[in-house]
Amino acid sequence: MTSGALLVGALREPVSTIGLSPAQWTALLAIARAEQLIGTLGYRLHGMPVPAPVARILEEARHSAEQGRTAALWEAEMARRALAPVGIAVILLKGTAFVAAGLSAGVGRSIGDLDILVPHARIGEAEAALLAAGWEWVKPDAYDDAYYRRWMHELPPLIHRERDRMIDVHHTILPLTARITPDAEALIADSVALGSELRMLSPPDVLCHAAAHLFADGDLAGGLRNLWDIHCLVEEWGTAGLHDRARLHGLAPAVARAMRQAHRLYGTAVPEEWRGWTTQDALYRHRLLARDGWGRPTRRLTRLAFYMRGHALRMPPAMLARHLVTKWRKGHAPG
Amino acid sequence: MRHVTQLRIGPVGFRVGSDWRQPIAALQDLYRDYPAPEDGIPDFNVHLFAARPWRRVLRPAVHIGGDFVMPGAAPLPLAQGLLAAEMGMNLQMALGQRRYLLLHASAVERGGKALLMTGLSGAGKSTLAALLMARGWRLMGDEFALIDPDTGLVHGFPRLISLKNEAIRVAQRALPKARFGPLLEGTPKGTIRHLVPDAAAIAAMARPAVPALLLFPSFGFEAGEREVLPSEVFVRLTQASTNYVALTERGFTALADLVRTVPARAIDYPDTATALAQVERLWSAL
Repeated sequence: MTSGALLVGALREPVSTIGLSPAQWTALLAIARAEQLIGTLGYRLHGMPVPAPVARILEEARHSAEQGRTAALWEAEMARRALAPVGIAVILLKGTAFVAAGLSAGVGRSIGDLDILVPHARIGEAEAALLAAGWEWVKPDAYDDAYYRRWMHELPPLIHRERDRMIDVHHTILPLTARITPDAEALIADSVALGSELRMLSPPDVLCHAAAHLFADGDLAGGLRNLWDIHCLVEEWGTAGLHDRARLHGLAPAVARAMRQAHRLYGTAVPEEWRGWTTQDALYRHRLLARDGWGRPTRRLTRLAFYMRGHALRMPPAMLARHLVTKWRKGHAPG
Repeated sequence: MRHVTQLRIGPVGFRVGSDWRQPIAALQDLYRDYPAPEDGIPDFNVHLFAARPWRRVLRPAVHIGGDFVMPGAAPLPLAQGLLAAEMGMNLQMALGQRRYLLLHASAVERGGKALLMTGLSGAGKSTLAALLMARGWRLMGDEFALIDPDTGLVHGFPRLISLKNEAIRVAQRALPKARFGPLLEGTPKGTIRHLVPDAAAIAAMARPAVPALLLFPSFGFEAGEREVLPSEVFVRLTQASTNYVALTERGFTALADLVRTVPARAIDYPDTATALAQVERLWSAL
């Protein structure tokens, strides 16, 4: 069994960890750290009989996740304060939204950057307000900066000079170069209040975003965590309205794939229509589980293929070629 | 990973894997008297790897990875593989340790009480720890002292003592029978040679001690000594801790308790003989 499958098994069925050998525990912890799911695992296995060293490591992981939650909520509040004077409501995305809303997807979740969504027409105002409140540009590279501004679904990342925390300001949820163009205005119009002057996307839109992030953008790195988000969201909310919403955003294939993978890997209760399995799905699964017992990525060729696929989804061929050559000349090597 | 070893230093278990045999063989030799991780499950993993397969043999360069990594760290030549392994273990502690408040300090123990010495690189922490070990103190570590937030006790982390440049000769003279690692020349910190802690330090490494004295030594000055105000001690120790912020309130409480209960002194010294006399005098006056 690959280590990726070991982690999936432990999250899906915590009792399956009873009787793991020391070597299996060691591998499980290493890959959970690598997939940034150690905090989630810490909560999933809480109260289980585990060896003493594992109990200590998971206890620390829960503590770190709790600290991460506090820091993420504080960062969201800082963004709210920065944008309130110009009248821009902060719509939280991903992990910060999950913890702010008290969702099970947020339990133990590691949260890196703060991701927010603002209307495209007001992106310049949002950037100016954040810069005035102490955020700074991260990308010193003129090509990267120009690329973000022209083609991406977000501003170049900003970092706060005192708190050292990054913020990604999105105006939609997929790059402008991608063939799929989700309805950003609908995302914002249907967003819901969190009771604290902060907002998040509507439940079906959160699922659409998670699926888009996982299967319509990028190379599936960190995919097990994103898929766990989807599992928790579906278990908590169900899938009412998801079908129509996915069609509206052009994300029906990505959502269907996310549902099939979540059902297959984590046993998520999804409707019958989303329970099929294709040869392509097997390849995705192969990519998602590509870790060795040290938590290191394996299956180099598979990863390379998905890296190229991720970029092919993001932009048309000629543009992709130009982009990769520029990146390659700057010394960037794929996966 | 092709070559693997597991070991426990103080309360912390490690698994170190390497694409090359040499660093693992060096660890197994120098750490031969150390126990395995509790229940065979290490707290942290370290990987020593070649960035490209052919770099295993062609101009081998040892990259340091693990559960926790710092981006952009430069690789070391294979001859310094042991140093890479040590750095990898320190890095896991600095970035990942959450059970104990970490102080970048050397620690020695006598009569169940611990002396903690902290200061900038070059202040003489490692040298003084080695020399005090030569005089019968129990070495608890020359890099990290671990404060248990629940008990306030110091736990040892007696990994190999990392001696640099002139300190190598000083320690060899004081400890002629000790075991030393290979001489590593041209490292980012000059010449390094590792000293294996003595049998007493290894045998007692799981035994914590009550912190009794905090010292801030400074090498290269006329002999002097002063009391350090709690406010200054607090700030210095927050700077000497890599995980103070991450431990949040637990870290603050542990540090505040330490500062409140343990006397602190700064000493200046022109040579190690003076420093050792200052330490003994301060210790006996406690």
